[in-house]
Amino acid sequence: MTTRPGISKAELAEKFREFIDPDFVITDNETMKPYECDGMSMYCEMPLLVVLPETPAQVQRIMRLCNEHRVPVVARGAGTGLSAGAMPHREGVVLSLAKFNRILEVDPLARTARLQPGVRNLAISDEVARHGLYYGPDPSSQIACTIGGNVAENSGGVHCLKYGLTVHNILSVEMITAEGDRVVVGNDALDACGMDLLALMTGSEGLLGIVTEVKVKLLPKPEIAQVVMAGFDSVQKAGDAVGGIISAGIIPGGLEMMDGYAIVAADDFAQAGYPREAKALLLCEVDGTEEEVHEHIEQAEALFRKLGATSVRTSQSEEERALLWKGRKSAFPAVGRISPDYYCMDGTIPRRHLAHVLLEMEKMSEKFGLRVANVFHAGDGNLHPLILFDANVPGEFERTEAFGGSILNLCVEVGGCITGEHGVGVEKIRQMAVQFSDQELQQFHDLKAAFDPRGILNPGKGVPALRFCQEYRSLEYKQHNHDTVEVAHG
Amino acid sequence: MADVSEGLRKQILNARKKDQKLNIVGGGSKNFMGRAADRHADTLSLAEHTGIVEYHPVELIMTVRAGTRITDIEAALSEEGQCLHFEPPCFGDGSTLGGTLACNLSGPARPWSGSVRDQVLGIRLLNGKGEHLRFGGQVMKNVAGYDVSRLQAGALGTLGAITEISLKVMPRPAASMTLVQDMAMDDVIRYMNQRAGESKPITGAAWVDGKVYLRLSGARSAVEATAEKWSGEVMEQGEAFWQQLQHLQHDFFTGDGPLWRFSIGSTAANPELDGPWLIDWAGSQRWYRGQADSARMESMARSAGGQVSLFRGGDRTDEVMHYQPEALQTIQKRLKESFDPDGLFNPGRLYSWL
Repeated sequence: MTTRPGISKAELAEKFREFIDPDFVITDNETMKPYECDGMSMYCEMPLLVVLPETPAQVQRIMRLCNEHRVPVVARGAGTGLSAGAMPHREGVVLSLAKFNRILEVDPLARTARLQPGVRNLAISDEVARHGLYYGPDPSSQIACTIGGNVAENSGGVHCLKYGLTVHNILSVEMITAEGDRVVVGNDALDACGMDLLALMTGSEGLLGIVTEVKVKLLPKPEIAQVVMAGFDSVQKAGDAVGGIISAGIIPGGLEMMDGYAIVAADDFAQAGYPREAKALLLCEVDGTEEEVHEHIEQAEALFRKLGATSVRTSQSEEERALLWKGRKSAFPAVGRISPDYYCMDGTIPRRHLAHVLLEMEKMSEKFGLRVANVFHAGDGNLHPLILFDANVPGEFERTEAFGGSILNLCVEVGGCITGEHGVGVEKIRQMAVQFSDQELQQFHDLKAAFDPRGILNPGKGVPALRFCQEYRSLEYKQHNHDTVEVAHG
Repeated sequence: MADVSEGLRKQILNARKKDQKLNIVGGGSKNFMGRAADRHADTLSLAEHTGIVEYHPVELIMTVRAGTRITDIEAALSEEGQCLHFEPPCFGDGSTLGGTLACNLSGPARPWSGSVRDQVLGIRLLNGKGEHLRFGGQVMKNVAGYDVSRLQAGALGTLGAITEISLKVMPRPAASMTLVQDMAMDDVIRYMNQRAGESKPITGAAWVDGKVYLRLSGARSAVEATAEKWSGEVMEQGEAFWQQLQHLQHDFFTGDGPLWRFSIGSTAANPELDGPWLIDWAGSQRWYRGQADSARMESMARSAGGQVSLFRGGDRTDEVMHYQPEALQTIQKRLKESFDPDGLFNPGRLYSWL
């Protein structure tokens, strides 16, 4: 926890303006307003000020100043995060990396790209497509989200069972430490001597350093990809079919499941031709060489039929493949159309507990009086229940949060975790106490102090203060106490 | 097949009381790695802490105690048609999974299948305060808390004793084939990188003694079709070659002379040093048998985008790992202190200053 900053807003802004274009040291509330939240807009806070540096040297000077005066610093990319990880600190600086938006170098032979952190995820694949290459991780927000944010969250996407998460697809990061040192972790090789600091940085939610450059690996574009869509009359059967595919030795490029609610909503939205009567839908994409895809698609079709699929359809063209995916990819906005608001959860479970977890979720849905639609990265066990609610109805968001909390507790209970890819941020900080013991959480705090002795980097996020954990553990399932989290990140 | 973690915990607490340093040892097969072990330290043995805790083939996930031998793990996986995709190098039967993670060792498939660090999903760890902690989990995706599990890769046990590891396992490839042809070292770097950039089922690319070896594995139809298109002769004893490479049993590795490992950019020109070379990982891992000034080698490795370490032999009282800049030394010293405040574990094994 930081103590109060030892410098006024005006003084700090003045010092920043000595080395940063004054137009990019923002202090007025109106211009700062867009920075008050990230993609998790239920959590808002106005910062002390916003600063947009352009060079790593400027970031170094910002960090040295903030460290000297104990001013909290919250790094921000595109602000698409879904756990309020980039929510400002009211006494701190928002350090936006928006101006770090250049692709510095592409090396087609080595299959690498050197990027500034503000480069958008999809822009990487667009840029390298002419070399027959692409960047693997493809989170749903890939049009907007940045590679720096992907490193902070260890982003995945629909292809991560086969192609891995961000941590598997980066070679090095240059970062500025809390104390203003400029260091590189990782290198052009596949490993570096000593403890793996690159892995530690990945997914650290802006609590350990400010990333100013990223080197990523690129993959050769598969010759061909085809998707098999299979409808089932029960979630259990669809779950078994997922197991069947993997037991057959096939690792699909993508393997997604949707429940009945999501199928209808997505089909209404995208007219993808989904089997609307099905209780569960699988989309199984196989990619690779033509021979391999042909062999595996045949196996998958036969297997789904054998395991009780009520309908099986395989894409016969790129257009058809895109259409089948369109439904899944637009599941969130599709659900948004049938409800004023929705709240997306992100727990991960061992796949064998899927039917049990969905059944329990149905019971919770009744108990809380809120509908829930499910989309699911079936290959890797990552659930995205979408709780439908109306923020204008008093008390409904609080009920939604409590419902969400119960889902996460259930995920931990069956051996899973509270977040697969969205991060802890502020949003799931209370549930950390369910997944980790006090000793483990204390180890996290000690680890952070190794990078950030004064605790200025994104304080109040990611790891809860221990004094609030016991309280939450005793409250879990009963009621949720909004004051707890207010105090915890205050 | 026993859980002896409670005994290990007590030994750590006792050692802490008496300020007795501890060398963490699994099967002892990698005692030659890192700097020389502290002769005054006691042994904290994980050799009895063995057994597969959970294995769900359909989930592609296995959880084992850290002292479990790689051979036992592979036997269990083999029954289900699965394998450790990172092809762990074993230096004798004693090699354990805990040691493999601590040393971050992976075999020839590493550029395509990932490393041991890439497959790790969660660990349990005894820290220097004798706390038995759990990080990560038994699921493929988990971003709750810092990635302490993967941090252990390459730490050589300096942060604590890994007691349990959950990791991703994969189906065994249905078919495999090796193509071999003559090629000069000057040409092979570009060739291997070009092949690696094609969307084909390549899972190995190595060069030694004037010959380049490419391995294809995956669906039989894809392997056969690719072998038709690519140049090179099909090697009858292909599998044996890759196994020799995986376990460093190829003739190149015999003898007591120092063995240097250059972990560098895959396309970098080969460092100009006299002596035999073996190139693996499509150019990213290059083994050198020879002797040169270590500062000069470090500078060459740095220019090639990577690092060099003295993998085996040579003077192990000096540093054996690549130099770390001041700011990273500071962070690693503080990290060590956060896990092991009394500096009990593997003193000086990774660096003289840690």
